[in-house]
Amino acid sequence: MSDNAISVQHLVKRFGTTTVLDDISLEIPRGQVSCLIGPSGSGKSTLLRCMAFLEEATDGSIFIEGAPLGFVYDGAGKRQRQSATELRKVRSQIGMVFQQFNLWPHMTALGNVSAALRRVRKMGKAEAEEKAMVQLRKVGLENRAGHYPSQLSGGQQQRVAIARSLALEPKIMLFDEPTSALDPELTGEVLNVMRSLAAEGMTMVVVTHEIGFAATVGNQISFLDHGKLLFTDAPSKAFAKPRHPRLEQFLDTYLDRGASTLV
Amino acid sequence: MGFDFNVILSKQDALVSGIGMTIFVWVVGTLFAAVIGFVIATARRYGGVIVDKALTVPIEVIRGTPFLVQLFLLYFGGPYIGLSLDALPAGLLALSIYGAAYFAEIFRAGYQSVPPGHVEAAECLGFTRIQIIRNILLPEMALLVIPPSVNMAIILLKETALLSLITVPEMTMTASAIGSQEYAFVEAMVLIALVYWVLVELAGLLGRLAEKKLSRYRLAKA
Repeated sequence: MSDNAISVQHLVKRFGTTTVLDDISLEIPRGQVSCLIGPSGSGKSTLLRCMAFLEEATDGSIFIEGAPLGFVYDGAGKRQRQSATELRKVRSQIGMVFQQFNLWPHMTALGNVSAALRRVRKMGKAEAEEKAMVQLRKVGLENRAGHYPSQLSGGQQQRVAIARSLALEPKIMLFDEPTSALDPELTGEVLNVMRSLAAEGMTMVVVTHEIGFAATVGNQISFLDHGKLLFTDAPSKAFAKPRHPRLEQFLDTYLDRGASTLV
Repeated sequence: MGFDFNVILSKQDALVSGIGMTIFVWVVGTLFAAVIGFVIATARRYGGVIVDKALTVPIEVIRGTPFLVQLFLLYFGGPYIGLSLDALPAGLLALSIYGAAYFAEIFRAGYQSVPPGHVEAAECLGFTRIQIIRNILLPEMALLVIPPSVNMAIILLKETALLSLITVPEMTMTASAIGSQEYAFVEAMVLIALVYWVLVELAGLLGRLAEKKLSRYRLAKA
């Protein structure tokens, strides 16, 4: 048990014989922005999805604000699945933002953001929509409330998705490559929303390839490779030379793509 | 003997009641079939591997045998296993089961058409399973499910003609009887063919209207 917003303890995830997460332990303090970086297939997205119980870990445990997520251990040390009601309660502390936005296409932006307030919090329509508007305003989209996702740009869709997650006032926000499906311009508007969230003191876990964002907004950098957590450090340490050799190699690929000519 | 509709139209009361019976077994049978099919598809999705596999068998058997054979087995064979039904309930039951097997597959495809991420988003927000089905899955699959459902309803309408063979007094039975009595069999068949066709067109029209209403969000312009 710990005092942190999220505590990951000896997490193991296997798909068949492939080990995707290999004994991961990670503490994420409240109010911090924790960035998970690493090459594709390193397990960073799987780790994040485990924190939302979208993937079930094979072993180990995760605590959200001190409460076990997904599984509980009985007196004999045997792992039991949490009841659906328990799970919903623990999950209500977190908001999840996906790479593919996952807005519901048959609802307007306002409908997407107010749905959980109405169905889960059982609010009346007027009250839910009023609260939803507050969140849309926060992401700068109050003038798009009546638009369907098909009428919005990728960046706008992702901002609606962020507003949808914020509507239930979670304590922790999880971001799974939130800008990977966006062009550089749209990426900027989404990152700006995330920056202002971080400035408000929201606890955030961000899986990202935006190294610049990780270095400037992150308080904690975790580098994963082949299912192993190679290190967790403050960005000032993680990115300072001499760097971890695997990180050095990973960062080199960014410059190799021609970006170095711009620097 | 010429082609004379007047003989047939003079039996208009019997015809109208036959048409009424056809519409009744069609609408009720299709509704039951859709509901049972939806329940089967839902049980297969959420009931685990055993339920999924177990439900595959009856679906394949029903899709793999003619409706007429199923109808006869239920009506004439039922009493051997203590299931003695009158013609109408037997016909409705057979039609519902037959349609349900197809609707189960339609809804299975509908469930699969919804991106898993849309469900994950709702799960993360604390929606219950029933809320997810009602508010996310059903509305999202509706557009995909409507055309094959209308198709199925049309097939079921035409299969109701076979209920005449177990003496359900629907319009094929009524028209055959009148046609034979009045020596105007062809006229009777032409008339009911027209009625079947009008009903089919009506079903198609309703389907297109529903599609148009539901596709609002796809066609919406920025």
